[in-house]
Amino acid sequence: MAIVEQPPRNLELPPASVVAPRQALGAFRRPTATTGWKSWIFTIDHKKIGLMYGFTAMTFFVVGGCEALLIRLQLARPNGTILSAGTYNEMFTMHGTTMIFLFVMPMVAALANYMVPLQIGARDVAFPRLNAFGYWTFLMGGLFLYLSPFLGGSPDCGWFCYSPNSGPIFSPTHGVDFWTLALQITGIASLTGAINLIVTILNMRAPGMSLMKMPIFTWMVLVVQFLLVFAVPVITVALFLLSFQRLFGATFFDVSAGADPLLWQHLFWIFGHPEVYILILGSFGIVSEVLPVFSRKPLFGYPFVVFSGAAIGFMGWGVWAHHMFASGLGPISVAVFSATTMFIAVPTGVKIINWLATMWGGSLWFTTAMCFAIGLVVEFTIGGLSGVTHAVSPSDTQQTDTYYIVAHFHYVLFGGAVFGLFAGFYYWWPKVFGRLLNERLGKWNFWFMVVGINLTFGPMHVLGLQGQARRTYVYPANQGFEFWNLMSTIGAFTLAVGVLLFIINAWRSLRGPRNAPLDPWDARSYEWMTTSPPKPHNFDAIPVTHSIDEFFHRKYAEDEETGKLRQVATAEEILAEQEAHAEHHIHLPSPSYWPLVVSAGLPIVALGLIYNHVISVIGAIVILLGVYGWAQEPSVADAEDADPPGGPGGESKELATIG
Amino acid sequence: MADVTLAPAGEGAHEHEIEPHHDYAAEEPSGSHSSTGLSNNKLGMWLFLGSECLLFGGLISTYMLYRGRTQSGPRPETVYDIPFTSVSSFVLLMSSLTMVLAVSAAHRGDDRRTRLWLTTTALLGATFVGGQVYEFTAFYREGLGFTTNLFGSSFYTLTGFHGAHVTIGIIMLMSLVVITFRGRISGSKAEVIELIGLYWHFVDIVWIVIFTLVYLIPS
Repeated sequence: MAIVEQPPRNLELPPASVVAPRQALGAFRRPTATTGWKSWIFTIDHKKIGLMYGFTAMTFFVVGGCEALLIRLQLARPNGTILSAGTYNEMFTMHGTTMIFLFVMPMVAALANYMVPLQIGARDVAFPRLNAFGYWTFLMGGLFLYLSPFLGGSPDCGWFCYSPNSGPIFSPTHGVDFWTLALQITGIASLTGAINLIVTILNMRAPGMSLMKMPIFTWMVLVVQFLLVFAVPVITVALFLLSFQRLFGATFFDVSAGADPLLWQHLFWIFGHPEVYILILGSFGIVSEVLPVFSRKPLFGYPFVVFSGAAIGFMGWGVWAHHMFASGLGPISVAVFSATTMFIAVPTGVKIINWLATMWGGSLWFTTAMCFAIGLVVEFTIGGLSGVTHAVSPSDTQQTDTYYIVAHFHYVLFGGAVFGLFAGFYYWWPKVFGRLLNERLGKWNFWFMVVGINLTFGPMHVLGLQGQARRTYVYPANQGFEFWNLMSTIGAFTLAVGVLLFIINAWRSLRGPRNAPLDPWDARSYEWMTTSPPKPHNFDAIPVTHSIDEFFHRKYAEDEETGKLRQVATAEEILAEQEAHAEHHIHLPSPSYWPLVVSAGLPIVALGLIYNHVISVIGAIVILLGVYGWAQEPSVADAEDADPPGGPGGESKELATIG
Repeated sequence: MADVTLAPAGEGAHEHEIEPHHDYAAEEPSGSHSSTGLSNNKLGMWLFLGSECLLFGGLISTYMLYRGRTQSGPRPETVYDIPFTSVSSFVLLMSSLTMVLAVSAAHRGDDRRTRLWLTTTALLGATFVGGQVYEFTAFYREGLGFTTNLFGSSFYTLTGFHGAHVTIGIIMLMSLVVITFRGRISGSKAEVIELIGLYWHFVDIVWIVIFTLVYLIPS
């Protein structure tokens, strides 16, 4: 039934093999497979879902990267002929949309899904089925978007899809419809994922772990999820308005009917600017985990890092109009948004200072993860500085729609968000797979990417200031644009080699033996206090938290005589200790069909909206059936579900509601 | 597999040297643990409603932005029937009262009254939606279509979204009446009803805002 449990001394077995779930009250038996493809597609284990998020996002990263390479090939020479004007528009639209919605956001979701329950000492997320639903919905949204090239044309309106340019007159193919509906679907995924992670973080922390003792990555994930909860509905509204205009003839962006094109811009950027922090704060969290570990010092000014993250989260809502300085908002709006934009650099700067001070005086260990973390600090700072120049609205008016802007946001997104994610990959890889990535190959990966990013996006500052317009598929010869464009294209391929090296590294590691030590980095937080890869139920006994960096404090103590740190326990000892006192009845949620069923209904509804409303009705019926099946599946533990109690206490500790 | 010998808990004295509070599980009452004291479901519902505020915020802003910008076709003051909408608003607000009665009956464990009040709430909600359908039909007859002008698009979208929320609420209420009392939802019935109640009250409160801004304030 709802509960699968496992005798604690039998830990190597996956939970479902211990007790077969009984007949569910829904229409079907609950799935029971613990191996093979069924164990993946019906899983509600946060670790498996995290892995699926990760692999899917990585695939979209490669696809989006190929689109970027095509763009750069087109721009390598003046008057490029590789792409037509229309295809070029489709490429940069798909590139932006893919990288933001199908790579960075789900990759942060992947790491958050995998690491947050481990970091807070929980056995799963608050709503495991909703978690599975989030993943499948994200996948459906991504696949739905990528149906468009095969069904008449991709969206060609840019990732911001300004109206009335995105209206039926200027964008007559179904591309924009696919875009709006795909983003609606991934929005549902983000929203459910955000609610799930917030509840998990607020409600399911290990005893003793107050908010100010949480690992910093968990903190930043919390801020990101709050941003998502409030930002996603705003773009939902914008997308609805646009869909209604395109599909049902509404007049929202019909200027001839008196509509205001700024409405789209405001709605989009009220979502779009918090979105920027949604993309970057997760990476800030990763770097704030990686730097202390490899500097062998605690994070400098933990409360400042926490509160500056929260401050960015709040202030991120008050700066959206700096994307619209050129749209004629009027001097007062522009002045106010200029000022708020400059202010938001302050908490960001606080973080940079904290990271530098964390490294200061530490015994630095230059692993690949550390290199990427330092890479983020450097490259993000460059992007942040060019960002401050945008806050100066006269200067921004000059730079709007030039390559200077492209340079800026690629420094913060690639040099910031993506470098942070790569730091996370190298740091957590041994935790997730029990295998190390090759450090030598990792260094090559790192240096190719550092050289690549600066060679690709550095010259764009120059090109932008020289006046090369973005989103234009050709540039004429003899304007002084040739050299730096060629350099930028070479840089893009250097970057691609870097990414390829990572994929090779990952492939080799996954084929190799499980060679990672239990605690390869001498880490500080809970996720390292279990086996690698973690057991299905994460921890045999839920640990009690006494301080920030609890794991570190269990390994090291101050020598009372000398006042120096000395090791009092190894990771292996701490794990053995935990295993010796395993809890008796660990209830884990059973797999479920319904999340997949409900998600599968969404793209059917969306397809029907574009082509034939009868298909939508079919999709809606699938969703409705799925929801009822879901609701009828037991969601909480029942006393009868448990095995006969074993061991002296016989007490059971169940996972919270299975949502 | 079930008869694998289980390790006795809390025996290792060694454990207590390092970690005196290690045997936490034995101290906790069984059942779900929650750091905030709110149940996961309730916290999740509150977050969802917070998100919904922004959804309706965006739709209401769109309507307000386009107030008075309509260039052709019917305008708000020519189609609104304030007395009629006031009555249907009153009906919707009364449904919040019956929802409270349902939640209270559920907490007392009075299944019969719970079912009665849930059904009443759904009926009141259905009356409101029926009134909205009537209103939309009347407006349409007066020449205000969805695509007629900015007022038509933004009005039907905003009130339509609200009506859809009420309709989903009615479906949930009726499902509760049927499913819950056939024993098909495990866990606390009272909590499930309370959660649907939170949603229901939220939808009502949104209507108060919409009614005030859209109907009562002249454009």
